[in-house]
Amino acid sequence: MRSRHTPPTRQAGSALGEESAGDFHPLPLLHPPTHALSLSQLKAINVDLQSDAALQVDISDALSERDKVKFTVHTKSSLPNFKQNEFSVVRQHEEFIWLHDSFVENEDYAGYIIPPAPPRPDFDASREKLQKLGEGEGSMTKEEFTKMKQELEAEYLAIFKKTVAMHEVFLCRVAAHPILRKDLNFHVFLEYNQDLSVRGKNKKEKLEDFFKNMVKSADGVIVSGVKDVDDFFEHERTFLLEYHNRVKDASAKSDRMTRSHKSAADDYNRIGSSLYALGTQDSTDICKFFLKVSELFDKTRKIEARVSADEDLKLSDLLKYYLRESQAAKDLLYRRSRSLVDYENANKALDKARAKNKDVLQAETSQQLCCQKFEKISESAKQELIDFKTRRVAAFRKNLVELAELELKHAKGNLQLLQNCLAVLNGDT
Amino acid sequence: IPSSPEPASLPAEDVSTNSNGPRPAEVVLDDDREDLFAEATEEVSLDSPEREPILSSEPSPAVTPVTPTTLIAPRIESKSMSAPVIFDRSREEVWENVCDGMNAYMAYRVTTKTSLSMFSKSEFSVKRRFSDFLGLHSKLASKYLHVGYIVPPAPEKSIVGMTKVKVGKEDSSSTEFVEKRRAALERYLQRTVKHPTLLQDPDLRQFLESSELPRAVNTQALSGAGILRMVNKAADAVNKMTIKMNESDAWFEEKQQQFENLDQQLRKLHASVEALVCHRKELSANTAAFAKSAAMLGNSEDHTALSRALSQLAEVEEKIDQLHQEQAFADFYMFSELLSDYIRLIAAVKGVFDHRMKCWQKWEDAQITLLKKREIEAKMMVANKPDKIQQAKNEIREWEAKVQQGERDFEQISKTIRKEVGRFEKERVKDFKTVIIKYLESLVQTQQQVSSFFITYFITYKLLLELWCTFSF
Repeated sequence: MRSRHTPPTRQAGSALGEESAGDFHPLPLLHPPTHALSLSQLKAINVDLQSDAALQVDISDALSERDKVKFTVHTKSSLPNFKQNEFSVVRQHEEFIWLHDSFVENEDYAGYIIPPAPPRPDFDASREKLQKLGEGEGSMTKEEFTKMKQELEAEYLAIFKKTVAMHEVFLCRVAAHPILRKDLNFHVFLEYNQDLSVRGKNKKEKLEDFFKNMVKSADGVIVSGVKDVDDFFEHERTFLLEYHNRVKDASAKSDRMTRSHKSAADDYNRIGSSLYALGTQDSTDICKFFLKVSELFDKTRKIEARVSADEDLKLSDLLKYYLRESQAAKDLLYRRSRSLVDYENANKALDKARAKNKDVLQAETSQQLCCQKFEKISESAKQELIDFKTRRVAAFRKNLVELAELELKHAKGNLQLLQNCLAVLNGDT
Repeated sequence: IPSSPEPASLPAEDVSTNSNGPRPAEVVLDDDREDLFAEATEEVSLDSPEREPILSSEPSPAVTPVTPTTLIAPRIESKSMSAPVIFDRSREEVWENVCDGMNAYMAYRVTTKTSLSMFSKSEFSVKRRFSDFLGLHSKLASKYLHVGYIVPPAPEKSIVGMTKVKVGKEDSSSTEFVEKRRAALERYLQRTVKHPTLLQDPDLRQFLESSELPRAVNTQALSGAGILRMVNKAADAVNKMTIKMNESDAWFEEKQQQFENLDQQLRKLHASVEALVCHRKELSANTAAFAKSAAMLGNSEDHTALSRALSQLAEVEEKIDQLHQEQAFADFYMFSELLSDYIRLIAAVKGVFDHRMKCWQKWEDAQITLLKKREIEAKMMVANKPDKIQQAKNEIREWEAKVQQGERDFEQISKTIRKEVGRFEKERVKDFKTVIIKYLESLVQTQQQVSSFFITYFITYKLLLELWCTFSF
């Protein structure tokens, strides 16, 4: 779902809010091995992302400006649809959303799980912290300030990497989907090197969306009351409902756990600083002792911060992603149920028309359309749901293993640090 | 605030036939004297010890449990001293909640092991209550503080915490509270007995040895708030004085500055460690919540192998949550409490320096008064009033003596303080090193356990991976 080894070339282009419009930070070129690695990671997670010379998409570069992120979308393709074999364009988050929404609104794709849209890049919290740090510079020592600044910058960078990865995964999922990859909007998205002039939704449109969603949920409730004749779909519906709720809960709890870990790591940082201050000011021979322990806390903190970051990546993000995917799957089921209801209604209408012998042809056509629509959706939906399960199982499997590996690695690292430090301290006393 | 009637002479064994009879609806808090200082408690910061009034002529009520309402397993924390020839070790053990008719209080058993000849036995145990400890400290402070000895401060009172325990509320927070107090009392006693001068004190010996201790009674003169006010006044006076600097003063000024810095640093560190304790507890709670959630997720997952893997993860996280809790305790009892002890100790050190200043001031004042008396004598001689001259001469002699005494006192207290500070610094270094090393060892243990959990998980997981392949969708 997310490459573990995010290419190191991605950088946050700003820190402490000192960006200006023309503030570009040149990023070194990607070299192929890293790129290939990241894609292979994705392949491992998303089983259907077959290595495909026909169409490969990735985000080769990204730049964070004051209030937006600019992604460089890079495409390699042997398909005849494109003018060149390799090309890049710059896209912003709103354009991704536009693309996603165009899939959702397309009736032809009603039978597919639409890859969930990437969440909006959100640097607000991080930026706020950096700003606060800047304001409070006078109240702390130089070392403390430098330390905290480095930390916050690392945090900013991590958020940045994540948002890039999430946008990339979205594109890769689309590129890997046998039908969606052929979508015209997608090709325009990839190739058209001008601004797509997709503005964010204005208030009116947002309000419309809100009502649409309300109607949809209400409808969803009604529609879900209809029992499905097909066992497969009945099972899937029950399963997805429960699964989605539990993933939501697990995702929230995992988030809280990760944040607590981070808080504890931050405390280690402050403890290390205090011990350092004690060590430099003390008059007795305990100085060395304090300095050594301070060093230990600094190093241990880095490990604890990594533990928190890894948990976040392997667990929280995984859960969040499958929260969104399971929602997309639920949406598919809803569309199918909707079409079933439409089909049944069309049947009833046809019966009525035949009984009254009025507008029969019209009713027949309508009924046939509904039938076709329903069958088409059902067929593709089944495959989609099976694929979903495959992807999900593979993703969890990979991430849980990696999580365990990392936890172990960090515990060992911590242990080593502690034991070394104790050896030195015990030797001195 | 009502004061509880002091049970006049309770027969040793027969507590239940207390004529007033137990009043189930109302548990009179025996330490209501503490309530008098409730306000003082509010004002008092971490660095002021509270003193319980002393001096009582009445025998203490016998400590006979009617039914020990809480009998907790003994915590054996032996902190033995390093001196090989003479050893004296105080140890806190079992505590019992004693219901003594109307008055409920917690009794702590103090066990001492010693080879010192001044004690009648080599091992003995007594029961003491919290106010007894405060009484002991009060006595020692009144005898030794003003001559320059750093008397270790007693633990803080906490009305809220203790009330819950007395009312018999048995929950984890009250158990925690009692343990916290027990550990604090133990550390207090051990610091006190480590002091070579205080160890010789008969009050200390009586506290450790005698089975019955005179109850501390209410005497306003030595109220905790009163002492606090005194200390503050002295501090103010010191600030307003312009001190004549000479060679020996340089050492003192330097040391005072050092202790001031140390105080600040320790407070900062203490705040960070307290934050860590808090976050660790939070982490523990959040891990437990996640574990449950992961288990639920595992249940609803319809792929068998993945379902198992998730349940496994949930189990591991549950174990880790336990670890976090234990670690939080270690964070607190070892690290945080060490720091708060030393913050209070440094306050005592500062107090001692302030006493020296007062001593100096007294000497100064005596010198000034002597001068005035001499002036008066001279005036009288000019005015030729023989009886007044004699009076003046007498007063001069008196004040000459006072000046001499003042000088002696000042030199003595300065000498004592130098020695004490030296001893204190040595102790401090040893204390910190020992405790911090112990704390780090606790961290080692935690990491080792985390490792072992994940290793087991891993092994099971690898087995699961085999299953994975064989399970079809």
